[in-house]
Amino acid sequence: MTSIGTGYDLSNSVFSPDGRNFQVEYAMKAVENGGTSIGIKCKDGIVLAVEKIINSKLLVPGKNKRIQTIDKHIGVVYSGLLPDGRHFVNRGRDEAQTFKSFYKTPISVPHLMDRLGIYVQNYTCYNSVRPFGVVSIVGGIDDDGPHLYMIEPSGACWGYTGAATGKGRQTAKSELEKLDYETITVKEAVKTAAKIIHQAHEDNKDKDYELEISWISLEETKGRHEFIPEDLLAEARKFAEEEDEEDEEEEEDDEEMES
Amino acid sequence: MNHDPFHWGRPSQETYGGYNYNIANASNHQQESQLDNFPKVHSQQPIITGTSVVSLKFKHGIIMAADNLGSYGSLLRFNNLERLIKVGSQTVVGISGDISDLQQIERILHELEIEQEIYDSDGGHHLRAPHVHEYLSKILYNRRTKMDPLWNAVIVGGFNDDGTPFLKYIDLLGVTYTSSTLATGFGSHLAVPLLRQLIPNDIDYENIEEDEARKVLENCMRVLFYRDARASDKYSLVTIKSESNEGESTPKKLSYNHETELKVEGQSWKFAKDISGYGSKQL
Repeated sequence: MTSIGTGYDLSNSVFSPDGRNFQVEYAMKAVENGGTSIGIKCKDGIVLAVEKIINSKLLVPGKNKRIQTIDKHIGVVYSGLLPDGRHFVNRGRDEAQTFKSFYKTPISVPHLMDRLGIYVQNYTCYNSVRPFGVVSIVGGIDDDGPHLYMIEPSGACWGYTGAATGKGRQTAKSELEKLDYETITVKEAVKTAAKIIHQAHEDNKDKDYELEISWISLEETKGRHEFIPEDLLAEARKFAEEEDEEDEEEEEDDEEMES
Repeated sequence: MNHDPFHWGRPSQETYGGYNYNIANASNHQQESQLDNFPKVHSQQPIITGTSVVSLKFKHGIIMAADNLGSYGSLLRFNNLERLIKVGSQTVVGISGDISDLQQIERILHELEIEQEIYDSDGGHHLRAPHVHEYLSKILYNRRTKMDPLWNAVIVGGFNDDGTPFLKYIDLLGVTYTSSTLATGFGSHLAVPLLRQLIPNDIDYENIEEDEARKVLENCMRVLFYRDARASDKYSLVTIKSESNEGESTPKKLSYNHETELKVEGQSWKFAKDISGYGSKQL
């Protein structure tokens, strides 16, 4: 059933007769055009990565970061409308700080996601507001170990071992499904993430992109969310590009053998 | 001299007549009766206290020490407190005075650290000691103007933006001052003279090596343990230094070293056997 012209897509808080909230679905459409974001839950931590599309050559390389920190131990990356994402992160920071000032202990990741889920869901209930135009991937380490969540404009919030969103999510998801999450370490996952973002960029090749990767690990970062060091990022990017070339060569070889 | 604990230090009545409580406005008898007119006010005096923080600058950085004791009046109540707090990557805050206020300051500083260092710090700006000091001095002065001070004396140590060592004091009144040798509480009477033997003028710290500074600081901790009844011989020590050679303009590599559970070495209690009563009589 099409939503156009029926009137049920003009407002939040109104269901269509077949039980859908079209505003939320349109918000998902906004996300589907954003740069690909992924998150990997490893045995010893979390890796977040994003394909940052370069909209202007005048932007300063390496600045205007897309991955943000909610609290020392929690990182977030999102695809979709970037200002919506920044607002989401600010809310996350407020929640984390409020929790800490109440209980004098850092917020656990599942609890933060509970609160953020409620917050995002609220934006689907009133006709005076529109839903968030972002899907956010939130990762962190707490007393129970690493956690990875993805939260959608509907407020739906699930835990994942590997999460992907944005334009190249299909490619990214099928790559993520190949990983062994029981054994993979953050150090390995950094390279994998670079490779997946590189592959996901195939769908959007007319635009340049900048790779951003962050991690949280007890061993590498003492449980803090940080960007990976410059040299590791360069290494990961090189690895991703070389893998890509190898794949292309293999394809060429296959074609030659066929002909 | 009357050695009864309740009259200690007072001239004897037979010789000098009754004690005049109005000397130097020292009377607290009258004040107490005035205070009775006020509602009971908590947090207007320290409860659990930490004693001196001692620190000095040297050629390449700063060094600071504080013991691990928390006293409940004269009772040595806790012996595992950490009073040297790291803020950001290259600043230490040493806090003496009320311990619950110390914990409050600790939380305020961690919040500051999160806001300034963790959130979107791609501008390359770092939270340094002068910023922490200015911020803290504003908080302490603000609380003093509310007649509800945070009952502490604090020393902030680290580096200026230009890489020179930074050391500055703030207390519960909001008073701030700087020097190459700083101590709070009893330390300002007992330790500062010892530190100034090493660094007579503020600028002299530029000739002092780390091991010299450390030696004098260790001596200060020993003297304080001897003479300050609220001091313990277990202490923590923080050294922050830049590891570059002279004349280099490249960004310096900074090291922050926090040592805990250090013990006052070389104690000698030989003099103790000659002490009797409250120490004023020598055998």
